[in-house]
Amino acid sequence: MKIPKVKTEEESKARSVVWYLRDRWEAMADSRLILPMLLVLGFGLSFAIPQFNLVNPYIQIIIMYIGINIILATSLNIVNGYMGEFSVGHAGFMAVGAYVSSLLTLYVFPRSLVFLFFPLGVIAGGVVAALVSLIVAIPSFKTRGDYLAIITLAFNFIVKSIIENIDAIGGPRGIVGIDKLTTMPSVFFWTVLSLWVIRNFIHSNYGRGVLSIREDEVASRLMSVNTRQVKFLAFALSSFFAGVAGALFAHLLQFISPRVFDVLKSTDILVMVYLGGIGSIAGSILGATVYTALLEILRPLGMFRMVLMPLLLVFLMLYRPRGIMGLRELRWFVPIQDLKFVKRWRRKKEIADANSAS
Amino acid sequence: MYVIQQLINVLQLGSVYALIALGYTMVYGIIRLINFAHGDLFMVGAFISFVVAAYLKLPFIPTLLISIVAVAMLGVSIERLAYKPLRQAPRVSAVITALGVGLFLENLILLFYPYPRPVPTLLPKIVWNLGGISISFLQVLIIGLSLFLMLILDLIVRRTMVGMAMRAISWNKTIVPLMGVSVDKIISITFALGTGLGAVAGVMYSQAFPVIDPYMGILIGWQAFICAVVGGIGNIRGAMLGGYILAAVQIMVVAFLPSTYRDFVAFTLLLVILTFRPYGILGKPQAEKV
Amino acid sequence: MKKTLVISLVAMLTIMSMVLVGCKAAGALTIPIGVNAELTGDIPAVGASCQNAALMAAKEVNDAGGLDIGGKKYTIKLFIEDNGGKADQSASVTQKLISQDNVVAVIGPNASRYAIPASEIAESSKVMMISPWSTNPKLTIDSKTGQSKEYVFRACFTDSFQGQVVAKFAMDKLGAKKVAVLYDVASDYNKGIAEVFKATFESLGGQVVAFETYTTGDKDFSGQLTKIKQFSPDVIFLPNYYNEVPLQIQQAHRLGITATFLGSDSWGSEELIKLAGKEVEGDYFSTHYAPDIATPAAKTFINAYKTAYGSVPDDVAALTYDSFGLLFGALKAAGKVDRQAVRDALASIPHYEGVTGTLQFKEGSGDPIKSAVILQIKDGKFAYYATANP
Repeated sequence: MKIPKVKTEEESKARSVVWYLRDRWEAMADSRLILPMLLVLGFGLSFAIPQFNLVNPYIQIIIMYIGINIILATSLNIVNGYMGEFSVGHAGFMAVGAYVSSLLTLYVFPRSLVFLFFPLGVIAGGVVAALVSLIVAIPSFKTRGDYLAIITLAFNFIVKSIIENIDAIGGPRGIVGIDKLTTMPSVFFWTVLSLWVIRNFIHSNYGRGVLSIREDEVASRLMSVNTRQVKFLAFALSSFFAGVAGALFAHLLQFISPRVFDVLKSTDILVMVYLGGIGSIAGSILGATVYTALLEILRPLGMFRMVLMPLLLVFLMLYRPRGIMGLRELRWFVPIQDLKFVKRWRRKKEIADANSAS
Repeated sequence: MYVIQQLINVLQLGSVYALIALGYTMVYGIIRLINFAHGDLFMVGAFISFVVAAYLKLPFIPTLLISIVAVAMLGVSIERLAYKPLRQAPRVSAVITALGVGLFLENLILLFYPYPRPVPTLLPKIVWNLGGISISFLQVLIIGLSLFLMLILDLIVRRTMVGMAMRAISWNKTIVPLMGVSVDKIISITFALGTGLGAVAGVMYSQAFPVIDPYMGILIGWQAFICAVVGGIGNIRGAMLGGYILAAVQIMVVAFLPSTYRDFVAFTLLLVILTFRPYGILGKPQAEKV
Repeated sequence: MKKTLVISLVAMLTIMSMVLVGCKAAGALTIPIGVNAELTGDIPAVGASCQNAALMAAKEVNDAGGLDIGGKKYTIKLFIEDNGGKADQSASVTQKLISQDNVVAVIGPNASRYAIPASEIAESSKVMMISPWSTNPKLTIDSKTGQSKEYVFRACFTDSFQGQVVAKFAMDKLGAKKVAVLYDVASDYNKGIAEVFKATFESLGGQVVAFETYTTGDKDFSGQLTKIKQFSPDVIFLPNYYNEVPLQIQQAHRLGITATFLGSDSWGSEELIKLAGKEVEGDYFSTHYAPDIATPAAKTFINAYKTAYGSVPDDVAALTYDSFGLLFGALKAAGKVDRQAVRDALASIPHYEGVTGTLQFKEGSGDPIKSAVILQIKDGKFAYYATANP
């Protein structure tokens, strides 16, 4: 904290109030109970809102879209943000998850108990998406950067083209009449679950491997990081959650067709990730929320909405190229050991600076 | 006969892809940026030629020249306003900015022209019939003009000082200003050239397929990007090669297989090519300094 | 500092929009009607026509003093929203119109792929929805029960009907024995009609020699057309949008193909002639209404549209206008501005004379019983050729 120069009596009193408030905020925010409390509150709200119609159904849908987008953005952040790659085909994995889960709930699961089997369908969608991602991961080992972009882009087109040609699953007409099994509690549950898993992955040994690949792949291989295994895992995890998001999306919209999962959708997810901040879970949450909400908020502008949105995006990129959060992370998402380590390091630095100054 | 007719189709489509792919590859070669707004600049070129031909009623050559100049100026201004400030930033921020610029251009033109527009025909409609194969004057012009422009571009890059500067910047950007070359000026020239080529592609394309709409650049943009990468991004000859390869695959699949498989086969083939030649057919692996 | 700026900007926009949204016209009795149109996205031309016709329909009623329901005069208040050419936005827009703007009914979306998600929302919220232009049979059917949806209607005929009409026309009136089809594999509308056409034509004893496809956005059809040329078909069926057909016919002519071309209602815009010029002279297509044998009411509509917007209305505009006409009629018959009453009134309309022909809803169905017309392009204009009844 900077130590400001005191000018007058009133100023010094005002500043001490600010310090006091800041201290109290810091103390409160440091408490590791905040996040669990917020989660419980959120869980309760996710039941209360639809039950008592605390907000109108339109805003409820938007909240659910935001939840799904958060899952999409955070999962893409693993590969694009933390691993520093450039994957452009995320909507393809979403499509796989959506189709697999829809086919399961429509044709495989017993009709009367379908809402019990829904979580199974979602997981199945994610698993198949993860398996499919391995097909993409293999050519990606030899290439980096822009070449990976092509591979993932081609994959997106291929998935779309395959689905269009299989009439048994609807072809270009898509699948109609999917059950509306996605509710606000389920979206909340899956969002929290995916954020929790991804956050744990990032702060684990594999996560360190992912970060090291971003910084310098050759060096990390020299430091005995099994880059192949780490890449596989990162891709698979990222696609798993994309599949989960796809399944939730399909059961909310009650209709899916190949066109819904085209390059434009991938571009949307890409924008959410880079807008919020690469390499930051809070950033993905922020990016997904801001993007979805802003699109809705700007509706009164009519057709100018779609002219203004990209312009805002460009300006944001010019002033904050790494996204709103940049590479920083919200302290509640960082595990306690890392947090303590950073604090100790900062305090040491302060002392060292004070010593060298004096 | 049938095969030769399809081959002519390949040459025509491939020339258009090649022109656009060249724009991508030139910009990438010099500042390592995938300019996703390039497809939309192609669209703007087509629309400018439409406006000039329909309202000012000018013939072909002035329309083409005005379109090239206008799009080149637009390209250079976009570079100065949106890409230059991000030269030090991570590459992906510039890519997202490019996406944003592209979206902006599409929706801006949409405000004025939600309905697709017909482009006035500026070229004589002569069709030659040689033993069962029909070739039109337009097709010959597209192929000829594209090859001519590619040749000139190759000459510029290999034989002129400007070209030498471009190649130097693509190898090592930091040293070049020390040699007394203005990096900004060279980058602007590159953009002008690349987007100018895109404008030519736009005008020729809109003459061959005279219905234009604001979203025509998206699909072609992504396809041309793939051409550039398959040929080896940053490599001019690679871009030309990539353009013809993609056109060949797309048309030959339609010619001999059920046309529904076209996209599937084309993209799978691409993936296969990239698996065996990860840097593109003519690309050189970029040495990573350890 | 900059972060605070961003956050305060977003907060300001949020508050601004809430204020704008909360504002309602005070005083006069109003009927809120929602319009869900594709203003941006892949088919902005369709959304533009829909919006034009909607504004015109509302303006006509309001200029005449308002709609007379149960003795009181109501002004029409339109809530036009853009679904951006995205299925999820289409659903959220419908929900917004229903829950936030409290509309009595929703008109649109037009394309089936956006209308279907919207219809799910309308059905579960028990609010009436009329799609002017969506022809996919699945729109009005609840796929779980196989029964019709109660709250979803359309103002046009379905793909299955149209496909049969065109096939019969090709066989009987054009005397075609060999037919080729070129359609967009990525679009449900094109594919649906193409398939019904093929099935019907083959069941009538004809031969479909080529069934070629392309993907939306393609402009070069030379590969497919060269392939089709080899089979020398008598007729080529192109159930594609009016911005794609001119290119297809031009390229076919360039290759030396002399067959007659046949189309569906997606040809139904004057833009087709603007874009294709003489290339399309003499070809036929099926659609909802014929501008030259128009009833007096239709002629008034066409002239009013021309005066207001400078071009002849296409089928989307005409169908949207009819959707509004149906809605106004239902409101009057219901006698009150109530969602359920309006829906019941619409379902039981005995007979409606619209711009696009006579409409009547089948018992318990959202699909109207409606004839199609075959038009021929003669002297650069659409000319009536024949009627096809269901």
